[in-house]
Formats: sequence, C-alpha cells, structure tokens
Amino acid sequence: MRLKTFSGGIHPSEFKHLTEHKIIEKAPIPEQAIVPLQQHIGAPTECIVEKGDHVKTGQPLSKATKFVSVPVHAPITGLVKSIEILPHPLGIKSLSVLIEHDGSEDQSFSNHNSNLNINDLDKDTILDRIRNAGMAGMGGASFPTHVKLSPPSDKKIDMLLINGVECEPFLTADHRLMLEKTEEIVKGIHIIMRLLHVKRVIIGIEKNKPDAIQLMQKRTKRYKKISVLSLPVKYPQGGEKQLIYAALRRCVPSGGLPMDVGCIVQNVGTAFAIYEAVYFDKPLIERVVTVTGPGIAQPKNVLARIGTPFKNLIEFCGGYIPSASKVLNGGPMMGIAQVTDEVPVVKGTSGILVLDQSYAKIPDEQTCISCARCVDICPMKLMPNRMTSYIEHDQIEDAVKYGLLNCIECGSCAYICPAKRHLLHYIKLGKMRYNEIRALS
Amino acid sequence: MNLHISASPHLRDNLSVPKIMYSVILSLVPAGAWSVYIFGLKALWIILIAVLSAMATEWICQTIMKRPVTLFDGSAILTGLLLAYNLPAGVPLWIPLVGAFVSIFIGKQIFGGLGFNPMNPALIGRAFLMASWPVHMTVFQTFPRGMQSLSGIDSMTGATPLAVFKQMREILIHRSEFLPEQVTQATESLYQLNRAYWQLLFGNIGGCIGEVSALLILIGACFLLYRRIIGWKIPLSYIGTVAILTTIFGGVDGLLTGNGLFHILSGGLFLGAFYMATDMVTSPVTFAGRLWFGIGCGVLTVIIRLWGGYPEGVSYSILLMNLVTPLLDRITRPKVFGG
Repeated sequence: MRLKTFSGGIHPSEFKHLTEHKIIEKAPIPEQAIVPLQQHIGAPTECIVEKGDHVKTGQPLSKATKFVSVPVHAPITGLVKSIEILPHPLGIKSLSVLIEHDGSEDQSFSNHNSNLNINDLDKDTILDRIRNAGMAGMGGASFPTHVKLSPPSDKKIDMLLINGVECEPFLTADHRLMLEKTEEIVKGIHIIMRLLHVKRVIIGIEKNKPDAIQLMQKRTKRYKKISVLSLPVKYPQGGEKQLIYAALRRCVPSGGLPMDVGCIVQNVGTAFAIYEAVYFDKPLIERVVTVTGPGIAQPKNVLARIGTPFKNLIEFCGGYIPSASKVLNGGPMMGIAQVTDEVPVVKGTSGILVLDQSYAKIPDEQTCISCARCVDICPMKLMPNRMTSYIEHDQIEDAVKYGLLNCIECGSCAYICPAKRHLLHYIKLGKMRYNEIRALS
Repeated sequence: MNLHISASPHLRDNLSVPKIMYSVILSLVPAGAWSVYIFGLKALWIILIAVLSAMATEWICQTIMKRPVTLFDGSAILTGLLLAYNLPAGVPLWIPLVGAFVSIFIGKQIFGGLGFNPMNPALIGRAFLMASWPVHMTVFQTFPRGMQSLSGIDSMTGATPLAVFKQMREILIHRSEFLPEQVTQATESLYQLNRAYWQLLFGNIGGCIGEVSALLILIGACFLLYRRIIGWKIPLSYIGTVAILTTIFGGVDGLLTGNGLFHILSGGLFLGAFYMATDMVTSPVTFAGRLWFGIGCGVLTVIIRLWGGYPEGVSYSILLMNLVTPLLDRITRPKVFGG
C-alpha cells in the first residue's frame, strides 16, 4: 500500500518527550491581561469599551465590522486600565486593551447547558454562537471559523478533515487535548457535521501519537462517517494542503482554498473550542499552550487565558534557565521570535518555546553549493535556491514566476540547507517587497 | 535578558558543507589506499602533492582576492584528491602540482569560489593536463602490483583495458585491412578482456590512481548513497545509459553484441559517475534535470569511447554536460504543487 503522505518534507528531531506525558495544568489568572483587538486574519474589529470601564470575564471588548472578522472578549474580570498600542506576538504592534484583574470571582461557563441536543439548534444559531464566541482557527493561522464553516453555495463540501497532526517539533498542546478532551472534540466534530453535511470525516494524526490515535479510534468507532487516519511522521504533514493531499490525494489549486476541492480543515483545538462555544455559549478566552524548550526549567502544557503575558506562563513553568536566549510564539519551525516576553497569549498561540544559546545561535551563511536538498524537500515543489537568489538581487518578478507566492513558509528549506542559508528569511522579504511593489503600482 | 530574534525556522539540520566534503573525502580513502598498495608510494606522493597544491592555491587566491579563507571547508582538499585520482601513477610529480593549481585557480576561484564554478574544477585540471602534456597523461609507466598479462596489457605496454579494447575493436571492424594473424590476435584479446571482470573489480590493471578498483569506488559510493550525501539519480542514469548503449553498439558483430558490463567496470566510469558527475555545484538541482544530466553524460561517454578519438570519455562528457546544467534546470523546473 502506498504511504499516505505528501511529497517532500523533512524529519527534524521531535523533542515532544518534554511535555507529551504532562497533563494540562490550569495557569493562574494573570493580574493584568493584554488583549490585542486583532487576533485573526481578516478585517479589524472595533473597540467597544473605554478606559475605566469595568468588564466581566467573557464580555466582548470589540465588535466585528465585516463578515471576515471576529470579536475579542475580556479574559478576566476587572478594570480597563488603558487602550494602547502594544507588542503583539506576531512580531507587530497592535491596539490592545489592558485589563487589570480586580480579584473578583470568575463567571463560570461550565455545566449550564451540557445536555443540549445540537439537532434542536438551527444552523444560523450555531454559526452565530461560533462567531460571537470570537472563534478563529487555533492551529496558528487564526482564520475566522464561521467563515470556513459557511462556504458559498457553489462549493460542494463532501469532506471534513480534523487536523490533529501537530507536526511542529516540541508542541504537544493538541496531543494532550486529544487525550484529555476526546469526547468534547468528538462533540465539536458533530457540530461541524451538522453545519456542513459532509460524506466523511477524517481525523488525521501523526504516528508518533499512538495513544491519541487509539483513543480517538475507540471514541469514534460507533460513528460510521468518522475515521481516524494515522499519518507518517514528517514535517509539514500538518500543513492544510499537505494533509488534504495525504488523506484524499486531492490537490488544492495554487492560490485556491481547501473548499475548492470539497474540503474543510479544522484543527482539533478549534473543534474543542466550537464545542464549548455552542454548548455553553463560552467565548474563546482560554486555550492550551505548550510552554517548553531547552530554556524552560519545567516544561508544561497549560490552559491559559488569552491575554496572559508570556512572562507569567514562563514563571509558572519554573522560569528561564540561565542560558535561555530566545522566546518564540509557536514551534521552532514556524514560530516567531519575540523581542520581549511581555507579549500576550493570543488565539493562535499553540506554544511558547524558549531556546537556549546553543539553539538560538544564528549560523553563518555560506554560498549555495546547489546541493538541491531544498528543491528535493520543498512540500510545495518550489525551487527555494533559485527564488532566494532572485530576491537577493531584488528581481522580485522572477521570484514570483518561480512560485514565490505559493510558499507556505514551513521553513523546511532553511532547515535542510547545509550552507545554512537563511532561505525563508529571503522568501519572507521577497513577499514583503512584492506587496510594496504592488501597492505602488 | 537579551533576547535573540531571527526569522524562522529556529532549528537547523546538522549537515553542513564541510561535513558533506569530509564525508566524500572519507569515502574515497579505501580506493586511494588500495592504489598506494598496488602502485607503490609514488601514488601517495601524487595524492599528497595534489591536495597540498590545491589547498595552497585556494589560500593564495582567497588572500589575494580578499575573500574569507575557507581552507578547511574540505572543498579544496576534495578537488585535489579527485584530481590525483584522475592521474596515472607514473606522472612526474610536477603534474599534480600544476594540475591542482589550474583546478583551483581557473576552475574555481576566478568564477567566485565554491558554488560559482560552472564546471567541475578537478576535471578542468585534468583536461588542462591532457591538452598540455598528453604523453605524460596517457602513458601508464608504473605497473600495478600483481599485474597479470592480459590481452597484451603487460609490463611492456602498460596500456589500459579501454585503450586495448578500442584498438582491437578497430581491427575487427575493419578486418579486411589487416593481416589474418592480427585479426586472430585481436579476437583473442577481446575475448580475454570481456572476461576480465575480476581484474577490473580489484584493479590489478593499468589505469589512473583512483579508477583502478571499481569495487572500492562502489563501496565508497554506497556509503555516500546510504548517508544521502549523493543521490542515486545521476549515477544510475549515467551508468545505465552507458550499459545499455554499449551493449547495443559496442560489439563488433552488429547490434546487441557488445559487453555493457565490461564498459561500466572499466576506466573511470564509476569514479566519474559517483564522484564527478554528482558534484553538486555543477549538476542540475531538479529531479528530471538530474536524470537527463546522467543520460547526457552516458550518451557522450559512449560516443567518445566507441567512435571518438579517445579510449576514455568520462571526463569530457561530464565537462560538456556541466555546461548544459543551467539549461537543464531551466527546462525541467518542477510543477508547483497545485499549480
């Protein structure tokens, strides 16, 4: 039988042993929460609170202005201390609401609606609950979930893929969630099935999580439509296009979306959050974050409120070791290096990775020796060597001809490069230059 | 605390350019050691002089051109080593000295150093020596230990199996122009050559330092393939093409009477296919490009061996295909996933 995977890819060390057997712990409620008003891809939201307002946990802080937009909510109860531009973990600065905890009891969302039958709810109610909960994809890209779940009528969706691949080294948040919240995830999947009428549901999980595969298989056995697919361990198996190809041999067209080939992909974390939003009307105010890496004293999986500063979670995990010198939002392959540890957890933060000096050291670049490794492993079948040399000479048009805009920025090329060329760095630069040029013309 | 920032990815593979170079060098050691055993210490001197001269040239060029000196990234050492492996054991000792200088200076540094050379530097050096001192480069005066008289290859002539093959084949193809005794002798010679696999594998025959033992080159190549330092596409398509074409056209009694196995085991084909054609800088980067590159090398090698002026065609065919590499990369660009 042919292996279910995609062509190309790399096998970095996994480092998952640091946290894969650690139960998700609840992180303490922060004294101060920083809530960026933009935590999704799409139109910005409009702030609806003012400085000095008292807000309660779960209360919306902003409202969506357009369809592709979701509100943010107060993750803690307290006073709005200020609304100002603060560092955002995506490496930008963004308008954020600063809330000071007033020590009062938290509103509880649990158990007030647990025997709900989703078939009693009509689709619009479900979609509204998902949208009002501020749901955005929790795998990292943070695309508004209700948009994905309401495909235009001309797109026929027959497959739902649930992404439990978690191919980024170090990260175990999805893995733990699948083990500890299996039933809830399955319920979340049923909510999506209610919205989409798909023929089949495939839960994709990499083979390095045999316990999660087994458990998911056990819990979904009685549903004919749902199956669990164990995938070879290879990065970036969790990339949307790579997962669709591995599971269904369908190829998302260049510049297209999964719905163009009849698929919707949702992360397991999102499935869980959808369950909470629809059953309990609970907004997205907390998520599982893997706090790990060689620079952390006690790596853990934590359930943290959105808006909790990285610093607090790092302290909760025993603090830094002395040689710690790089803090990332996300995993080592696609994570974004932070200039400060005072940035908050946002909806797309699946991990906080702290690297020590030996990993943080940026290798010296040598000249390309055309070894072709980047071309061999590129999961999008691009030629990173050629594109980057065009970008270095500011020949952006040529780089675009070589497929620059198809790059998914997985970083495999830079990982594999024996000359240690910062290939993805150039590619990101090229994309920025392309946008600049397009804006000018 | 000072935080480092950089673009992702924040993990890098352990493989580096020096590791690649030293792995290739390591895999060439058995063939070199064997060659010292069968040719004597002369072979060792040639290897040492070529390597040191290559390193010295690298250092001088980089110092004069004010480039970072990368003496120990292994690339100059490897170029020197490969050049030495392409020389007969009997050459005067100034030959490797001059050859290595040309390899590094004209073959590599004037183009901008490692990564920018259009053609394989070691083969540039060899081609230069062949053109300038053909007698030194084609007369195999040092005789291998344990050499058996084979098809007239003996201590008197010291020729290579391919040279004898070419000569005898000429006689048999134009047999009417030769005396009957000559034809009989040629038939006998070819018959023996076609059964000399054992000698070809172990190298007790004439030939260059590195190409005498096909077996040890093959073992080194397997190590590199296993460690994924080199890929299978170029060697396989190259050797496969030579085997097929020589089987079809290599015989004297018409089509399909040739001996492909003799051709792939003799001369520098294994050395060339596994070590020179796979040179990363000068070979294509695309999947299809590498297959076509190997096929092209194979076709050119067979044309030179069977119908050209030289008994051996590996180095020229690789050099010619090096020049086609940018074109191959351009026309075999992979189709973008979903594109």
